[in-house]
Amino acid sequence: MSHAIADSMTMIGRSIRLGRRNAETLIMSIVLPLMMMALFVYVFGGAIDTGTAYINYVVPGIILLCTGFGAASTAMAVADDMNSGMIDRLRSMPIRSFAVLTGHVTASIARNTMSTTIVVGAAFAMGFRPSASLVEWLAAAGLLLLYVLALSWLAAGLGAMAKSVEAASSMSFFMLFLPYLSSAFVPTDTMPSFLQGISEHQPITPVIETVRGLLTGTPIGDKGGIALAWSVGLLVASFAIATALYRRRITD
Amino acid sequence: MIVEASGLRKAYGSTAVLDGIDLEVAEGSVFALLGPNGAGKTTTIRILSTLTKPDAGNLRVAGFDVVREAAKVRGVISLTGQYAAVDGEQTGRENLVMVGRLMHLGRAKARDRAGELLERFDLVDAADRRVKTYSGGMRRRLDLAMSLVAAPEVIFLDEPTTGLDPASRNTMWDAIRDLVRTGTTIFLTTQYLEEADRLADRIMVLDKGKVVAHGTADALKAKVGGDRLDLRFTSAAALGVAATRLGGFTDRERLVLSVPSDGTATHLHSVLDDLRTANAVPAQVSSHRPTLDDVFLALTSREGVPA
Repeated sequence: MSHAIADSMTMIGRSIRLGRRNAETLIMSIVLPLMMMALFVYVFGGAIDTGTAYINYVVPGIILLCTGFGAASTAMAVADDMNSGMIDRLRSMPIRSFAVLTGHVTASIARNTMSTTIVVGAAFAMGFRPSASLVEWLAAAGLLLLYVLALSWLAAGLGAMAKSVEAASSMSFFMLFLPYLSSAFVPTDTMPSFLQGISEHQPITPVIETVRGLLTGTPIGDKGGIALAWSVGLLVASFAIATALYRRRITD
Repeated sequence: MIVEASGLRKAYGSTAVLDGIDLEVAEGSVFALLGPNGAGKTTTIRILSTLTKPDAGNLRVAGFDVVREAAKVRGVISLTGQYAAVDGEQTGRENLVMVGRLMHLGRAKARDRAGELLERFDLVDAADRRVKTYSGGMRRRLDLAMSLVAAPEVIFLDEPTTGLDPASRNTMWDAIRDLVRTGTTIFLTTQYLEEADRLADRIMVLDKGKVVAHGTADALKAKVGGDRLDLRFTSAAALGVAATRLGGFTDRERLVLSVPSDGTATHLHSVLDDLRTANAVPAQVSSHRPTLDDVFLALTSREGVPA
């Protein structure tokens, strides 16, 4: 057991190092979210009426958008290991090779924490004025953490299945796209009714509504419970899927 | 025998990749699995190094059953696959320390071991550079070094020099010979006959999942026959005369007669004397020792070229 933890720690250290040094990953997890936020706040935001300062409305959406980028990076990093010789090396060693996924998922959490912090910091500079108490901040952070963890395991599973880094990148496309079909950037009641159906029944909308409510005091209603249920359910399912896909991949 | 396999079979769908392989590798020796692409070399290595499950066969490495005691086998082997398993974004030293940590050497020991291996594989100058800046030869050397962190008893090398330039290939060969000197058993696959000839104590030739020959390099060469003399003539008439007197194989296009020889000067003299008497003196004479290429072509040729 202590060996399993030590092995996971070694692989986490490795994944964090690899992520930090991979220019593409860094751009995806820091520069891209900042650009998207500037784009929405300064370019589109003026034309979008949310009944409040647009920056206050959009920050939770940008954070969720980041998690999509982060997940795509995770899927690609896992796919790289599965399709280079690395997975064979690890599997031929007397360790639990599943640690390679644990490493990438944990690095993904670290990366998302960093990019979220940077995004929130930049948002403050751009006029973001949340009204949250410390407890509300912690609750929002906790929910985001849960959601990121779930999404990262899902990404790791996709990476384990992908036959190439490019395939992993295109498989994780829906994770990048989902935030646009939610209340991340515009209130859903402005969407045509079939899109409202999608946006109301996907995990991102309740998570965003809850985070927005916690940070800026908009009504949360039953969204908090739904967000929590989605995140926990997604985490359990993602972990199961990742484990199964990894097992299947290494069996031949 | 440190590696033993009998009746090893593996099929993907209805395609038999390994069709009943038996092999034995003595401790401290170098064993080469030689064959063209698709012969089943990589599958054999993957099965013996616990990555792939065999369909049938009794397989043991260092006394452990490869299927039932996979974890124990993993503790005494290491695998260097066809594609260098190194992290480009980590330095050479970080790659080595990572493996050391995974082998539970402890932080200090892992660092020491990394230092030793960097020195041994001539990577000290590049130790703290990211591996993505390394040449192909350096990557392979680091890859091999990573396989040696835990001092394994058996090392599996899947095509260790494929794609390397001649100088890097030589360096790799030296590294492999050094390993043998320390008593490590080496199981390698190669497409290069020269590589098997230079490194291996025993060679197994594999083709389409079947063993087509097995033995020392010399024994395999003997299978194709001994030395030959190639006599080249300037006219078809002279070639005809010589062929009638000496026998052997005629190549009418190149005007070459190839005759068996024991490789001695006496035999060469007697052949030439004989031909002078017959007025059919060759323009050129070359002596030809069979190479593994001959063995290989003779044994695996789809057209069935006579040995």
